[in-house]
Amino acid sequence: MSDITRDDVAHLARLARLAVTDEELDTFSRQIDAIVDTVSAVGDIPDDVPPTAQVVPQTNVLRPDATEPSLPRDAALAGAPAAEEGRFRVPRILGEEL
Amino acid sequence: MSETPHGAAGAGNELLSLDAAELARRVHAREVSSVEVTRAHLERIEAVDGPADGSGGDGVHAFLHVDAEGALAAAEAADRAIADGGPVSPLAGVPIAVKDNLTTTDMPTTCASRILEGWRPPYDATVVARLRAAGLVLLGKTNLDEFAMGSSTENSAFGTSRNPWDLTRIPGGSGGGSSAAVTAGEAPLALGSDTGGSIRQPGAVTGTVGVKPTYGTVSRFGLVAFSSSLDQVGPCARSVLDAALLHEVIGGHDRNDQTSVDGPLPPVVEAALAGGRGDLAGVRVGVVAELSGEGFQPGVMAAFTDAVRVLGELGADVVEVSCPSFSYALPAYYLIAPSEASSNLARFDAMRYGLRVGDDGSTPSDEVMSLTREVGFGAEVKRRIMIGTHALSAGSYDALYGKAQKARTLIVRDFTAAFETCDVLVSPTTPTTAFAIGERVDDPLAMYLADLCTIPSNLAGNAALSVPCGTSADDGLPVGLQVMAPALADDRAYRVAAAYETAHASAADARPRIPELRALEGSR
Repeated sequence: MSDITRDDVAHLARLARLAVTDEELDTFSRQIDAIVDTVSAVGDIPDDVPPTAQVVPQTNVLRPDATEPSLPRDAALAGAPAAEEGRFRVPRILGEEL
Repeated sequence: MSETPHGAAGAGNELLSLDAAELARRVHAREVSSVEVTRAHLERIEAVDGPADGSGGDGVHAFLHVDAEGALAAAEAADRAIADGGPVSPLAGVPIAVKDNLTTTDMPTTCASRILEGWRPPYDATVVARLRAAGLVLLGKTNLDEFAMGSSTENSAFGTSRNPWDLTRIPGGSGGGSSAAVTAGEAPLALGSDTGGSIRQPGAVTGTVGVKPTYGTVSRFGLVAFSSSLDQVGPCARSVLDAALLHEVIGGHDRNDQTSVDGPLPPVVEAALAGGRGDLAGVRVGVVAELSGEGFQPGVMAAFTDAVRVLGELGADVVEVSCPSFSYALPAYYLIAPSEASSNLARFDAMRYGLRVGDDGSTPSDEVMSLTREVGFGAEVKRRIMIGTHALSAGSYDALYGKAQKARTLIVRDFTAAFETCDVLVSPTTPTTAFAIGERVDDPLAMYLADLCTIPSNLAGNAALSVPCGTSADDGLPVGLQVMAPALADDRAYRVAAAYETAHASAADARPRIPELRALEGSR
């Protein structure tokens, strides 16, 4: 097996900002272990094969550097969980223990 | 006019089973109004779909939201434009359903996720704007697996859609709402999105046509991103020509999508019409050896083999080709798609839109994010975010994500080699027919196998479609024939599929155009 443990899944959940429950840790660690085990089949591929990241043969698509109307502020804020004085109101971000 | 159990909303109402092309012809000739056509479909939805939130209903549950008022207003506008005698687009006045991961300003866009429940986007997706500009009538938004992650719609936060041919079975996924709507006669056309097969697999298991256009040829502006190097918007229909007509409405360059190909769209309508004349002389068709065998249902293989025989009778030169690296497609896909998803879904941070949980004035933002995402996302979305996070982490990147990208190169090479000797490649669209609701819900790996044949074309960015090829003798359920073409040669797939469809239409398929379905008690 791929050796994905319950602790590994707890770590991944923290990285991905998912407050998973103990019960979920049991289920997810079993399932993710099996899935990672299966997808690890790509490990057989020789290292000297070049990678493909995307399949459209174009790079650096630019538009003219000209000012254009953008989304009005009210429209941008209309779906916000909380807004105040024309801005997104967010929970406390300073003074957290990281 | 109808003697069916529920009158105008019964399958006997001709307006519900006509092709979009024929509906458009009649509407444009003013033999019937767009309002009448739209009303017939709204009544059909009312009769067979059940409650829109999926709560306790036993209907098809194709729709998460129906906008009857908006649809009738759009139909009236189409009728007026036609009465004025000016030029109208080929599908003006025809109703359509839209997958609920495409943004619409006048309807909610939820991606079938609690985290976006009730969200009203501030702009229309480019494809939605093009539908409106072409005079199509938007009926509503269709169900999907949450954020398009799944093969059955069982991962929807708002209930599972049902296969109209057998309500105990899945309609495919992720775009099972769109395929079910088209199958049930609730809409003649629908839009889907295909990341690993989410248009084609639902098409196959419901006996409808589903097309994944070449990557970059249909705009994704306003498609809620799942896996950006794979996602592609495309048409769902009951005929190849209908899919082509819709393809030409939505396709073409869009400056708002940086991956949009700036060039002419392949002539898909012309190809569908040419194919419809039934001649495939000189067309080289490759049967992919690796997309058959163990794990494929015997009835699916029998229907597929017969379809290949028909292609040969139509004049195609049929050969077998080998694509040995396709064995890496499923593993590579289930690394690349979750990796990109883990990044794309980071935008759901409870700050700018959607759900926010646990903001009591003292809880820090980091915790609010975690609590919101825990409540807002379903199990499959969480699994994929964590797998992606793992695949992209420093210790695993080379062995997992890096190798998956190398696998992609090998798959592209296999396609390139095969297309040197073949114009198109064919396979069954899915290894099995529609499975039972609940059958694979606790086994993610079994669920992933539904995409075995469809994933390679996403990884390579090619065009591919599914066209119905009869039913499986095992269970009487629909089977899909997949036709794959090189990038920017979508027209080849349309030509072959249309030729097959024409030949097959005269063959014995005893099913009605749309299933009868009993009318539900009460109304939505």
